[in-house]
Amino acid sequence: MKFSIQINEGPYQHQASDSAYMFAKAALEKGHEIFRVFFYHDGVGNSTRLTTPPQDDRNIVNRWAELGEQHNLDMVVCVAAAQRRGIVDDGEAERNGKDATNIDPRFRISGLGQLIEAAVQSDRLVVFGD
Amino acid sequence: MSELHTVNKSPYEKSSFDSCVGYAVAGSAILLMEDGVYAAMQGGATEAKVKSAQGVKFYALGPDMKARGLSEDRVIEGVEIVDYAKFVDLAEEHSKVVSWV
Amino acid sequence: MSESIKKLMYLNRRAPYGTIYAWESLEVVLIGAAFEQDVSLAFVDDGVYQIVKGQDTAEVGMKNFSPTYFALGGYEVTKLYVEKESLEERGLTIDDLMPLTWEDEDDDWAEKDSIRLVSREELAEVMAGQDVVFSF
Repeated sequence: MKFSIQINEGPYQHQASDSAYMFAKAALEKGHEIFRVFFYHDGVGNSTRLTTPPQDDRNIVNRWAELGEQHNLDMVVCVAAAQRRGIVDDGEAERNGKDATNIDPRFRISGLGQLIEAAVQSDRLVVFGD
Repeated sequence: MSELHTVNKSPYEKSSFDSCVGYAVAGSAILLMEDGVYAAMQGGATEAKVKSAQGVKFYALGPDMKARGLSEDRVIEGVEIVDYAKFVDLAEEHSKVVSWV
Repeated sequence: MSESIKKLMYLNRRAPYGTIYAWESLEVVLIGAAFEQDVSLAFVDDGVYQIVKGQDTAEVGMKNFSPTYFALGGYEVTKLYVEKESLEERGLTIDDLMPLTWEDEDDDWAEKDSIRLVSREELAEVMAGQDVVFSF
């Protein structure tokens, strides 16, 4: 079955991203397809490679990046939400005149249409939030 | 069509549980997860509501219960404890998932 | 894109301004309108506060996005379900809500109400008939 996942909250503050990760992992282990993981609201914060949690804690960003790498996941960060919260890739830095980027290369920034498309194209959309 | 609803908030903090129960039509299921698992425990304000929900099946996410020190022995009768793999199965078996975030 | 049209519902349960969920949810609705799906919005719990009339954010320094709800009709987003019980619990009536309308091109552009006041039980049935429910 084709799943898509929407994550509304950033890492650490809420369990949403952790639950979504566990769900995604379990779905992949069962042989399901994850069509897309869409990061919205503060959920865009799951994509910054500058995250540095203490060594005895999980690294939520790296964990997503590794799962993404392993399963070639399409992990999309909403552009409007990202701009508001300072999540930047090369393209956004150039367009908006920013002097740095912070997105992990496994994620990509794109529009809200990607969320609608995911909902339409997938068999199930599962939302994780506050 | 039958739905899988998810509730991730404590019933003692937010109204998500009550709203969700009000929207769960017969044949649908409710998965209690994250802080929502507190609604699955015996002796609390939710017990009567869980028991009187007609034709609605309740599940609680075991890993979230364990994390919070909640004993399986004290779960309300009829609530089934599941893992993430079963969460995926439930999402597949029902025609959609509604999150009461 | 898609072979068939899906029924998409946006479930709104949060008040505006205290958090950004209401505003960013509305942004999804506006973008989503271009996908020509069968769209409806549900206002439940504190979500009913999103469409209360008379919103003025000048003194809190935030953008007042409530006028945007009037644009929905033009995007063919014409089904705004408001749960009666949530209104009543909050001491509100439909007269406290913005008069949101749409123009029906199949009926000589007659102006029609977008807001559909429904009971929790009725809305539960509508929700049960959806293909996808977005939560924010």
